[in-house]
Amino acid sequence: MSDGRNIGEVILNLEGISLAFGGVNALQDISFDVREHEVRAIIGPNGAGKSSMLNVINGVYHPQKGVITFHGQTRRNMDTHAAAAQGIGRTFQNIALFKGMSVLDNLMTGRNLKMKCNFLQQALYWGPARREELEHRRKIEEVIDFLEIEHIRKTPVGRLPYGLQKRVELGRALAAEPSMLLLDEPMAGMNVEEKQDMCRFILDVNDEFGTTIVLIEHDMGVVMDISDRVVVLDYGRKIADGTPDEVKSNQAVIDAYLGVAH
Amino acid sequence: MSGRSPDTFPRLLLHQAAVRADQPAVREKDLGIWQTWTWGQVADEVRALACGLAEIGFKRGDNLAIIGDNRPRLYWAMAAAQCLGGVPVPMYQDAVAQELLFVLQDAEIKFAIVEDQEQVDKLLEVKEHCPQLAHILYDEPRGMRHYNQHFLHGLDEVQQMGRTHMRNHPEFLDAEIAQGSPDDVAIMLYTSGTTGKPKGVCQTHAAFITAAQSGVDFDSLGPQDDILSYLPMAWVGDHLFSYGQAMVAGFTINCPESGDTVMTDLREIGPTYYFAPPRVFENLLTQVMIRMEDASAIKRGMFQYFMEVARRCGSEILDRRADVALSDRVLYALGNLCVYGPLRNVLGMSRIRVAYTAGAAIGPDLFRFYRSIGINLKQLYGSTETCAAVCLQPDGEIKFDSVGKPVPGVEVKIADNGEVLVRSAAMLKGYYKRPDATAESIDPEGYFRTGDAGFFDGDGHLKIIDRAKDVGKMASGAIYAPNYIENKLKFFSHIKEAVAFGDRREMVCAFINIDMGSVGNWAERRNIAYSGYTDLAQREEVYQLICECVEKANAELSHDAMLCDSQVHRFLILHKELDPDDDELTRTRKVRRGFIAEKYQVLIDALYSGKSSQFIETQVKFEDGRSGKVSADLRIMEAKTFPSQAAKKAA
Repeated sequence: MSDGRNIGEVILNLEGISLAFGGVNALQDISFDVREHEVRAIIGPNGAGKSSMLNVINGVYHPQKGVITFHGQTRRNMDTHAAAAQGIGRTFQNIALFKGMSVLDNLMTGRNLKMKCNFLQQALYWGPARREELEHRRKIEEVIDFLEIEHIRKTPVGRLPYGLQKRVELGRALAAEPSMLLLDEPMAGMNVEEKQDMCRFILDVNDEFGTTIVLIEHDMGVVMDISDRVVVLDYGRKIADGTPDEVKSNQAVIDAYLGVAH
Repeated sequence: MSGRSPDTFPRLLLHQAAVRADQPAVREKDLGIWQTWTWGQVADEVRALACGLAEIGFKRGDNLAIIGDNRPRLYWAMAAAQCLGGVPVPMYQDAVAQELLFVLQDAEIKFAIVEDQEQVDKLLEVKEHCPQLAHILYDEPRGMRHYNQHFLHGLDEVQQMGRTHMRNHPEFLDAEIAQGSPDDVAIMLYTSGTTGKPKGVCQTHAAFITAAQSGVDFDSLGPQDDILSYLPMAWVGDHLFSYGQAMVAGFTINCPESGDTVMTDLREIGPTYYFAPPRVFENLLTQVMIRMEDASAIKRGMFQYFMEVARRCGSEILDRRADVALSDRVLYALGNLCVYGPLRNVLGMSRIRVAYTAGAAIGPDLFRFYRSIGINLKQLYGSTETCAAVCLQPDGEIKFDSVGKPVPGVEVKIADNGEVLVRSAAMLKGYYKRPDATAESIDPEGYFRTGDAGFFDGDGHLKIIDRAKDVGKMASGAIYAPNYIENKLKFFSHIKEAVAFGDRREMVCAFINIDMGSVGNWAERRNIAYSGYTDLAQREEVYQLICECVEKANAELSHDAMLCDSQVHRFLILHKELDPDDDELTRTRKVRRGFIAEKYQVLIDALYSGKSSQFIETQVKFEDGRSGKVSADLRIMEAKTFPSQAAKKAA
């Protein structure tokens, strides 16, 4: 799927990441990197530490060991605000939208970091605040057009079916114009057609905006189809890393998925 | 308009651009905001597009395929092709690649203008089978960046080429437009193909302008009118209303943002002139009914009370009849304030002066509903071959069961076998490359055989019974009109589609498709869990629900002397929705009776053999063209039938 795209230099490098919750070792000495413009998948059985990995990348969890290098800056911990400000966007496994707010308003929250006017100006909706709001609204409309959710623009998110909520969540992440997008099971619980649509959108985002994508997904068909490189975790350890074909034929991966007599 | 009026569509466009250069011609909602193009701008865009097409080799006599949703630039592409003496061939945008292939080959398409990547992909899929297809132009560049085939062009790029061309050859286009003759073929519309392969219907500029002009005169349409263009561009109805009449009357067409936003866009635009096939009106009514069932008891009571008032006197008041009691008038006015007005507003029909329905027979109850809440809904009768203009219902002369009087200039007569024959100026020039079919459908006196069975009533109104070939006889000798029965059933909001059987049989049986929205909502409120259509359709409770509907329809049929034998004795609910992708419906959503009967032969046998259930497995095509299987054990239910009430009354 990489035809026509330029996969660039390494922009995110994780080295020796270890994360423990008390006695539970969620991640043990994991190292991998993400290149610019690529689609990087993280797979593994339940409890392998995939979501923890994403949480480490955007600063929700702070690993006990290891270093993270993002765009040349090396640090021990990411900070959630800093991650967002540096252009890391994400979606969550369990949808984390404001259920009572409309799709439009939910997407607008994605622009929050980019708003410059202060609270008072926004409350009065006057002068620069007005101009700024209109400009942000335009961006949001582009996202709406991109994700084909025009028909639910003003619908409260809580009233939408699951598949559409997932799409709205992707929209909110896109609204922040991220350079890197972390997607936590974007296709979980979807039917075939919804999955296909979602795949299309993810590839389009990658293609149109050049966004680097890191995704966790359980549907192997999807992973093998859309990702450039795959890293496989099992019980908090990295057991494989490579192109989809390499990973598919790796014995350790097959054992982890199918189970093996110990 | 006077005698020297423009006689081809390109000249009409230039005329409108000269007369009302600054008035809105087209609106489209883009990025959430309605964008407007004036007639002057439209003419300019069309010129650029036409010159661009000429630049890449489009010549007089070439056919131009147009595939996509209702987009302004696709309408302009039609005009652009006509400017150059070519013929636009709009196709259904939801057709799968194989269906497109037939038309692409049949019409020898060399140039295609399509909406987006989806349509381009479909054409690329079949391109190797159409060697003559030389250029594909697309409107929406999204996703097209990595397509590097030399025969693909963005419309922007082509229009840019056209503008350069215009600077270098300023006289070229006017000369081309001047060469056009009213007798040239203006448009080729493919029939939906309820039977057999589609045929290309060639209509001349003169024919379509005549048809459009008579409609415009009939309802005095003018530049102040607004219409929402959301029906498939390949359908004669959309072509007449959104292209023909808009060009003649100079009114504004409004293109919705996407297929899913039509309801919202309808409310925002508030068209004054509206056109929809019966299924759209059915869907709207279903939505209203679902929402009313969820409403509070007070609102529901109010709704029911005032709808009863409207049923009693609404359409009489709309027709300005004098024999309505004062008390009813007062009640109706109150209802208008509390129920009908807000309801019209929700439906986006507050400003409607004239609304038409055509394309299939509309259920009288459905028709009455809209008229009774004050929407001037009228019926129109026509076909692709007659530019959709044969009969119209004049204001104040609305009968629920007729399609109105012949349009001025159209001669209608009934053949000995009951078939409706039509002769007018707005008639097909012929079927494309099918002189045999042309000869077969036009009789020596120049009358077109519509294939519909009908008769004139005492007031000179045409009544259509059914498709002539569908009307049959029951074993008892009683007349059997499947459409009539199906429409009765389809009026219930829970029933989306019905297919009746009964020709040369002792009793009528039917297949039913439930309406997922309506029945789903109903099930939700009763805490009935279901996993999908197939599961829901086979629930005992749903069968009971549908059975009640069927029995109500039976009770009504029993009052009709001619049709009381057509009561539905046994029915089943199909395990899948009938779908044009599976060839069960045409692209205009008409039931393909013969095909269904063949495909579901086992089910029909089970209906008539007295079985109580039948297993079936069916292939289905998904939207992406892959196929899968759906299987289910279908239950068959008996419905109560009623003795003929009409006979009793007579006795």
